[in-house]
Amino acid sequence: MNIDYDQKIPNNVDLSSDKALQRALEHWQPEFLSWWREMGPEGSNKFDVYLRTATSVDQAGWAQFGYVKMPDYRWGIFLNPAEQDRKIAFGAHLGEPVWQEVPGEYRSNLRRIIVTQGDTEPASVEQQRHLGLTCPSMYDLRNLFQVNVEEGRHLWAMVYLLHRHFGRDGREEAEALLGRRSGDADNPRILGAFNERTPDWLSFFMFTFFTDRDGKFQLSALTESAFDPLARTTRFMLTEEGHHMFVGRNGIRRIIDRTAEVMVRERTDDPARLRALGVIDLPTLQRYLNFHSSVTVDLFGSDLSSNAATFYTTGLKGRFREERIADDHLLKDATYPVLEVSDAELVGRAAPALNALNERLRDDFVADSISGVEAWNIALRKRGIDHQLAVPHKAFNRQIGPLAGVKISPQGRVVSAATWDAHVREWLPTAEDREFVQSLMGRVVEPGKFANWISPPSGGINGQAIECEYVRFN
Amino acid sequence: MAQAAVTSPTGPGQLVTFDTHPQRYRHWKLSCEGPVATLAMNVDEDAGLRPGYKLKLNSYDLGVDIELNDALQRIRFEHPEVRTVVLTSTRDRIFCSGANIFMLGLSSHAWKVNFCKFTNETRNGIEDSSRYSGLKFVAACNGTTAGGGYELALACDEILLVDDRSAAVSLPEVALLGVLPGTGGLTRLTDKRKVRRDLADLFCTVTEGVRAPRAKEWRLIDGHAKPQQFAAAVQQRAAELAALSDRPQQASGVELIPLARQVDADGYHYPHVDVQIDRKARTATLTVQAPGTDQPSDLEQILALGTDWWPLAMARELDDAILMLRSNELQIGTWILKTRGEGRRVLAVDSIMAEHAGNWFVRETLGMLRRTLARLDVSSRTLFAVIDGGSCFAGTLFELALAADRSYMLSAPERADAPRVALSSLNFGGFETVARVSRIESRFYGHEPPIVQARQSIGQFLGSEEALRLGLVTAAPDALDWDDEIRIAIEERGSLSPDALTGMEANLRFGAAETMETRIFGRLSAWQNWIFIRPNAVGEAGALKVFGTGDKARFNWERV
Repeated sequence: MNIDYDQKIPNNVDLSSDKALQRALEHWQPEFLSWWREMGPEGSNKFDVYLRTATSVDQAGWAQFGYVKMPDYRWGIFLNPAEQDRKIAFGAHLGEPVWQEVPGEYRSNLRRIIVTQGDTEPASVEQQRHLGLTCPSMYDLRNLFQVNVEEGRHLWAMVYLLHRHFGRDGREEAEALLGRRSGDADNPRILGAFNERTPDWLSFFMFTFFTDRDGKFQLSALTESAFDPLARTTRFMLTEEGHHMFVGRNGIRRIIDRTAEVMVRERTDDPARLRALGVIDLPTLQRYLNFHSSVTVDLFGSDLSSNAATFYTTGLKGRFREERIADDHLLKDATYPVLEVSDAELVGRAAPALNALNERLRDDFVADSISGVEAWNIALRKRGIDHQLAVPHKAFNRQIGPLAGVKISPQGRVVSAATWDAHVREWLPTAEDREFVQSLMGRVVEPGKFANWISPPSGGINGQAIECEYVRFN
Repeated sequence: MAQAAVTSPTGPGQLVTFDTHPQRYRHWKLSCEGPVATLAMNVDEDAGLRPGYKLKLNSYDLGVDIELNDALQRIRFEHPEVRTVVLTSTRDRIFCSGANIFMLGLSSHAWKVNFCKFTNETRNGIEDSSRYSGLKFVAACNGTTAGGGYELALACDEILLVDDRSAAVSLPEVALLGVLPGTGGLTRLTDKRKVRRDLADLFCTVTEGVRAPRAKEWRLIDGHAKPQQFAAAVQQRAAELAALSDRPQQASGVELIPLARQVDADGYHYPHVDVQIDRKARTATLTVQAPGTDQPSDLEQILALGTDWWPLAMARELDDAILMLRSNELQIGTWILKTRGEGRRVLAVDSIMAEHAGNWFVRETLGMLRRTLARLDVSSRTLFAVIDGGSCFAGTLFELALAADRSYMLSAPERADAPRVALSSLNFGGFETVARVSRIESRFYGHEPPIVQARQSIGQFLGSEEALRLGLVTAAPDALDWDDEIRIAIEERGSLSPDALTGMEANLRFGAAETMETRIFGRLSAWQNWIFIRPNAVGEAGALKVFGTGDKARFNWERV
């Protein structure tokens, strides 16, 4: 059989002349498609969706728009162009040329990093597969699908690395990425947060705001990798991750905008009254924010981690913007503060910086989240509302690391179990909150129409009108 | 209980003791339901035996293993109705990640070796109970099973692994730490599970281990099940194995009451065992007392005595004394084994034990004695038996003389209190060494004539001349020479290199036959202990030293 691989699978990795890679993908691609049909967006296989497809990594190619049925989406394999003479920027191999092949010594850890990252991609597609049934608009539905196909492409990116660089082992791991299922008790995804449901669109927007931001930071740390193919592929993935965060940032901003509009019009901030008017009150929004922020903060792992230290020293995973940091990039005797509880107070304790790399990345993430939330507060102020949304303290509601189980308020105060119990309904979404949000989730798919609880966006996709028929249901 | 400040290798005044109770467990939960006991690991990471490390991810230190050992003893004696023990964990997605590496990194060489020895003995004890006492063990590996965690599973009769596409069994020691799996891992892979050597080589060098379906193909596990079916699969296998057991269905257990031990500057003192430490001479004299009264002959009375029954009481005290000396008194290199009391009472107990060997309690007591004597065999201390006036090296207690590197018997035929020794049938079967032969058989390398002659002497009290003739003792100085002979022998021994002695004694003690256990203690631990002191493991940039710091190990590439 003569297949035009470059046509079928857009790529810049010379797929048409790589027999080993072809063999691997010939087997895997049909399995991927059957996974997509089974676990991709529910009932969507016949839809024509106005999607962006990357066909090359240059300015013209990375964003080709057109209608496509999602199973026919051209999931491609792209590495950012190689940087001439790139040198390893940190760790024991600092200053040596980057690696184009996997060093045997680091095979196991690299595989683990790639598999863990790769597993989150199909997981989020699975988590979001029912959302299409309750979309607030055709515009949002299209954005959801765009996120979904790009998560699919990120899976392809990781699978490419496994296929190309890890032999039989890599092929088996690639298959296992399609075998696990989010939330399946027998067969769960690797990371806990990716086994949770994404039950409603508020959760979806929060997920893309926070959890895809975790993706941004994890990918950024991998763009520093001494294993050049991993660095280059994650660089390209970051562009797409940026879009996912845009979906979240704007989604929430439009919810806020709508709520603020009603608050001003009705001159009320009474949640009950606002709920009766069919918009999401700000305290509920804050509780969702608290929940998603804290769950995502956990994804960075334990405060002190020997794996993180090893990954750094061996050059596999760097810090966020490693090359812009002015230090020795070895961190041998450096320290970094981690939190612990002492006399019922959170105090910083200097820990070996190498072991505290998870914490450092977590702090970078939190700072980025705070500036993202600030943009929402500006939107509120523009509407004349002085209510402030806030990112909870990083120690709040932790399930992983030494702070797991310690009762800490969103403001970062250590509180008693009694205080926690008295306030938890103000801090985390209650069953009633979730029920209320669920009650708003009707399906709005008439072009240009939007559910009552969310404002229209300021513009359409790729210069198209907001009223554009982004999804043709056929 | 007095706990005087004793100079301990692990810090002044910090005496390592081995007593605990299920109510005080920090790391395990023991629950018994009919014929199945579940021993679930849930290590309290802040409850390490020593400061300086956290027991993360169900990793263990000596303290965790002391509880495991205690729990096994409770099952043996307090729960005779238990036929299968399920070893598992209460942690999500993690069974056990093995010995705590930071603990190993902080520990002295001696502490590491002693720790490995005790954990090895505990795992051998699991197999001993399976072989001799009808207790079967199922490892229910509900998640990551790494290093010592997999070695613990290997000690069980069957291994079931959850198949959630993540959980794997692994022995990452070589690749991650630059050492060997130190608790029988390599030897059980080959000798017990018959994993093909090339697959074993692969398995022992991939840090990520092997997951369920392949692990079964490679014989690393016996079965696997999906998370939803896992508990049922474990219970089913546990019940099937229980059905094969001959442990009693209706019997009440014997409570293991705490040992009455007194510790002072001179040593440890128990009702039937006394340890006198002479720090200057670097010797400890262990004196075991025969029963002070005639012991009962019927089972009901024996069971009523419980832990006061002499053979069990003595075995528990001796076991504890051995462990205490090994952990707390590293410099005390020579143990002098003595006995006191009436040999006929010991022989009477032996014949009762032989007669009722089928009873669960007697069988467990014999097992306790067997394992205690086996501890002596692997203790890296010189063992001299001193058979002097007033001693009673008879039957079970003669095993002490047989376990010793040398035995000295006072020759004083003219004196009424001249020592006599005697054998019982138990010296020929019941107290097998880890080589799975009796100490008599091992002593004569299976050569029939001396074994037959010895057997013919069962029940007779033998004088020194007869004991010498039968090859049962090393030397028999007369009363005029005795004191000097013994003193010089001990002093001379004490002047030799402790390392060379440990190696020499271990070479000579086990006879010619190899078993999995002798290979574990001999081949594996000798290599391991060598690796443990090499710079590639414990030098400044050694793999064990830098683990977890993020530093890369730097090796000397020279093959030795």
